[in-house]
Amino acid sequence: MIVRVASVEPAIEVRDLRKSYGGLEAVRGIEFTVRRGEIYGLLGPNGAGKTSTVEILEGYRERTSGEVSVLGFDPDNRPRELRARVGIVLQSSGIYNYASVAELLDHFAHFYPHPRDVDEVIELAGLSEKRDARARTLSGGQRRRLDLALALVGDPELIFLDEPTTGFDPAARRGAWSTIRSLRELGKTVLLTTHYLDEAQELADRVAIIKDGRILAEGSPSELGVGGGSRYRVAYANGDGDATVVETDDPTRLLHELTGAALARGEQLRSLSVTRPTLEDIYLELTADAQ
Amino acid sequence: MPSSAAALWRQYRFERRMFWRNRSAAFFNFLLPLIFLALFGAIVSGHQHELDVIVPGIAGMSVMSTTFTALAYNLTFMREQGVLKRIRGTPLPSGVYLGGLALNAVTNTAIQIAIVVVAGRAFFNLGWPPQPLTLVVFVVAGVAAFALLGASLSYAIPSFESAPAVVNGVFVPVILVSGVFFDVKHVPGFLRDIAQALPLEPLINGLTGGLVAGHGDINHHLTALAVIGFWALVGVVLAVRGFSWEARRT
Repeated sequence: MIVRVASVEPAIEVRDLRKSYGGLEAVRGIEFTVRRGEIYGLLGPNGAGKTSTVEILEGYRERTSGEVSVLGFDPDNRPRELRARVGIVLQSSGIYNYASVAELLDHFAHFYPHPRDVDEVIELAGLSEKRDARARTLSGGQRRRLDLALALVGDPELIFLDEPTTGFDPAARRGAWSTIRSLRELGKTVLLTTHYLDEAQELADRVAIIKDGRILAEGSPSELGVGGGSRYRVAYANGDGDATVVETDDPTRLLHELTGAALARGEQLRSLSVTRPTLEDIYLELTADAQ
Repeated sequence: MPSSAAALWRQYRFERRMFWRNRSAAFFNFLLPLIFLALFGAIVSGHQHELDVIVPGIAGMSVMSTTFTALAYNLTFMREQGVLKRIRGTPLPSGVYLGGLALNAVTNTAIQIAIVVVAGRAFFNLGWPPQPLTLVVFVVAGVAAFALLGASLSYAIPSFESAPAVVNGVFVPVILVSGVFFDVKHVPGFLRDIAQALPLEPLINGLTGGLVAGHGDINHHLTALAVIGFWALVGVVLAVRGFSWEARRT
């Protein structure tokens, strides 16, 4: 039997995390665990406490209280060994405008003990054609891919992605998503923050929905979609053409009744559909409840 | 991970390469002292006493502009752009990064002082520096004080847009009152007292000893050196207490 202790220990553990700025409590007792090799999404509106939480894990801010472990380290005193094993993509960050893509990656690679091959990283980030272009000539989407490449060049175990596709056009988002999925195939752990629901649904193995400094719900996107309450929505139009929407936990029974009644009347049920709420519906429901 | 010395050398070379890439900035950086020397050389042409004042004055201004002004600008720019924050998230030690920036600035100081010395000999009858030790000691002290004060000033600059106003608001009055362009003896007493308490006038005092014959050796400039040392200490305290790696959130 092979036991790999390192892979059992979670990548990130957060217990009762709190952060106050003056009198304002931005993070109010957040708890979650990110397992090795998963993509974990923190989803929430602006000002929910996502960035405060992530920046505490990245070592940029000090927590007010609670316990935090990142790859077994306390990020508070910014241990260098931890920084060597983590890659960070910030929401927005500048770079040496006069350096080329390859020069920047080569320079940053030397910060790390076991960097990846620069050309491999350029390829992975989809920047092969821009290898020798100066950073200042890159488009917004290319700059974002450079951010990702710079975070990957040290071959980190854990990658923080803060709003990685904000401002992307749909094609660029698809491209970025496939790059992020390929990180999972490389066995990397990813902590993703986003306010795009489809992004969380598309990428994350598990999602925590944050609002007002608290986690409102946690689970896989599909779990969140089916767990608890009226989770099926049956829509149809009756003989008069009136559209009706019914929410139910038991769509089988409801459909049987509806179709039975319609057949008995000799009518058709037009525009019949059964849907599960999307993550967006859950999110709106949860964030509205919290107000 | 490379040793700190190797990392510092690598960071320094990278900063130098980036400095030369921005050609117009690099060009004017070195042209500025030459323009001042040419203009004032023409204005006071033939008056050796005035020339003896101008050359060390421009040398002092060069020390201040390559360290104080340049670092206040660069650190503000890189802080507001998020370069500092990005670097801080990597395993590169902060000291290595800031050391690379400082060495880059010091290299520009050395080049400008060399330009001033060569021009002083070629065009202003100053000869080679009569007191090279005094020259080196004061350049080193001036660089240390002004680099630290420039890093501290960046903290007081809220955004990159306001950087020119804040930096020039300090730089221009200081070079005017400190006798860059005229003998500080001609300045009213109260202004002279202020100038002598600031770091630039003592720096020019020491550079005059280094560059112009007949002003005694380093022992004649120890008070000036003490004032610069005091400002370097002020700079250390302010830079350590106030330095910020991140853009303001407002």
